[in-house]
Amino acid sequence: MNMSVNLAGVMLKNPVMTASGTFGSGAEYSEFVDLNQLGAVVTKGVASVPWPGNPTPRIAETYGGMLNAIGLQNPGIEEVCRRDIPFLKQYDTKIIVNVCGKTEEEYCETVKRLADEPVDLLEINISCPNVKEGGIAFGQDPKAAERITSEIKKYARQPVIVKLSPNVSDIAVMAKAVEAGGADAVSLINTITGMKIDINRKTFVLGNQTGGLSGPCIKPVAVRMVYQAAQAVQLPIIGMGGIVTAEDALEFILAGACAVSVGTANFMNPYATTEIVKGLENYMKKNEIEDIQELIGMVE
Amino acid sequence: MSEKTKETCIIMSQIKIASAIYSMWLKTKHIAKTAKPGQFISVYSNDGSRILPRPISICELNREQGAVRIVYRVTGKGTEEFSRLQTGDVLEILGPLGNGFPLEQTKGKNVLLIAGGIGIPPMIETAKQLPGKNTVIALGYRDELFLHGELSGYGEVLIATENGSAGMKGNVLDAIKEQKAEADILFACGPTPMLRAVKAYAGENHVPCWVSVEERMACGIGACLGCVCSSAKVDSHSLVHNKRICKDGPVFLSTEVELS
Repeated sequence: MNMSVNLAGVMLKNPVMTASGTFGSGAEYSEFVDLNQLGAVVTKGVASVPWPGNPTPRIAETYGGMLNAIGLQNPGIEEVCRRDIPFLKQYDTKIIVNVCGKTEEEYCETVKRLADEPVDLLEINISCPNVKEGGIAFGQDPKAAERITSEIKKYARQPVIVKLSPNVSDIAVMAKAVEAGGADAVSLINTITGMKIDINRKTFVLGNQTGGLSGPCIKPVAVRMVYQAAQAVQLPIIGMGGIVTAEDALEFILAGACAVSVGTANFMNPYATTEIVKGLENYMKKNEIEDIQELIGMVE
Repeated sequence: MSEKTKETCIIMSQIKIASAIYSMWLKTKHIAKTAKPGQFISVYSNDGSRILPRPISICELNREQGAVRIVYRVTGKGTEEFSRLQTGDVLEILGPLGNGFPLEQTKGKNVLLIAGGIGIPPMIETAKQLPGKNTVIALGYRDELFLHGELSGYGEVLIATENGSAGMKGNVLDAIKEQKAEADILFACGPTPMLRAVKAYAGENHVPCWVSVEERMACGIGACLGCVCSSAKVDSHSLVHNKRICKDGPVFLSTEVELS
């Protein structure tokens, strides 16, 4: 039985990865799961310099989901290269560094710094709804998305995944734009912009007023968008958005994703990632599927 | 692998001890063996619509029975669900999480425990395990008292209530000042305004002070950066003025954190 998938030329032992921002750089969750069993670990978004993030509260639970407005707090690329990449290098898993920035120059600076690091892929975050500059500003305008992708591609030594926002009217247009910019893969969806109000205090629950909605409640939106992107582009797709079980992951794979990321589910169960790997294996055995390729995009 | 684990527990007992305040004993396989006073557990809802676990401080441990006690206030639908559970029902919990109070620092010292409202429960196991010389426990309530009787078994208890219905009328610091309670080290847990006042009091009196703080959490283990508090200096993990409450705390030296 073959569970390995080819993600833009990088072979993952299985299609299960972590969603950026939910898994730190793996150190904390390595106390619960064996990182060797994951296809890849995607780090929390990192910028050229440390970012303090947003004021608290940064978290609010919603029905079947949650809002977060962390604001891309990160220790900066130097610390990630010094501490986090060597940590992940101890494991037999692929390393994907998620890159964020406020300007094109900042993204490119971080990408350049990673050129000689033992990193397998880069994921470019142009879809964070919780920062005022950069982030989603690039992710909602096809021209800006194409342009930043092609700029980053000039400096990137690793294949480039562009992470797309669901907060757009046509996901296919955005996927085509980054494909035209030279992206090697796309990942989707990032969180959906939302808001929660405390009716007793008459205040916003989150310090940032708005936050990104994630968790099981967004899964149908995510599956639909992965399907639409798969129809629009030839690029490999990493599907995510509310994956909690192997059955959820299979929906994304059948919709056209060659890999999946597990995010909010880690908060619901720290063992979620490896349980999903096991669940995929069981599904393949039960349905006598020799190679996971037989499932990718097979919905009809 | 670490001491932290997620496990399914059977509820040994649950009683209501005051308005909206519940005391629950949980039978654990591992968590009670290694948990320390001031640490917390994350309690998962049995209802799939509530996806995040609720961080609740450890009130008391019974290592022989492998039991963990939590005392919590019903503040929303999650804790309301917990309050309806009965002996024999099950709950999933993650723990032990965070760092507890530094008990070793109290050896041979006079200790003052200061707690307010739902910050009082962790003081039970803390008081039980204190190796210090003498313990004074100052408790602040809005009106209705709870756990004061149990705590009186571990030290002299001072009580303040906002409406003066029991103990001194005022806040917990008023009670401490009136009683001229002196100590070599302070441990505090309670609402942020109380902790801010305790921190200032400790500063004025040049007494080392440890505070347990809270914030809304998601992962509970230091990965998501949801529950941060401002730190006085650049933190060595975040490289900004933020510390993770769930992982670096919830107990901090008062001078390390800004209680804004």
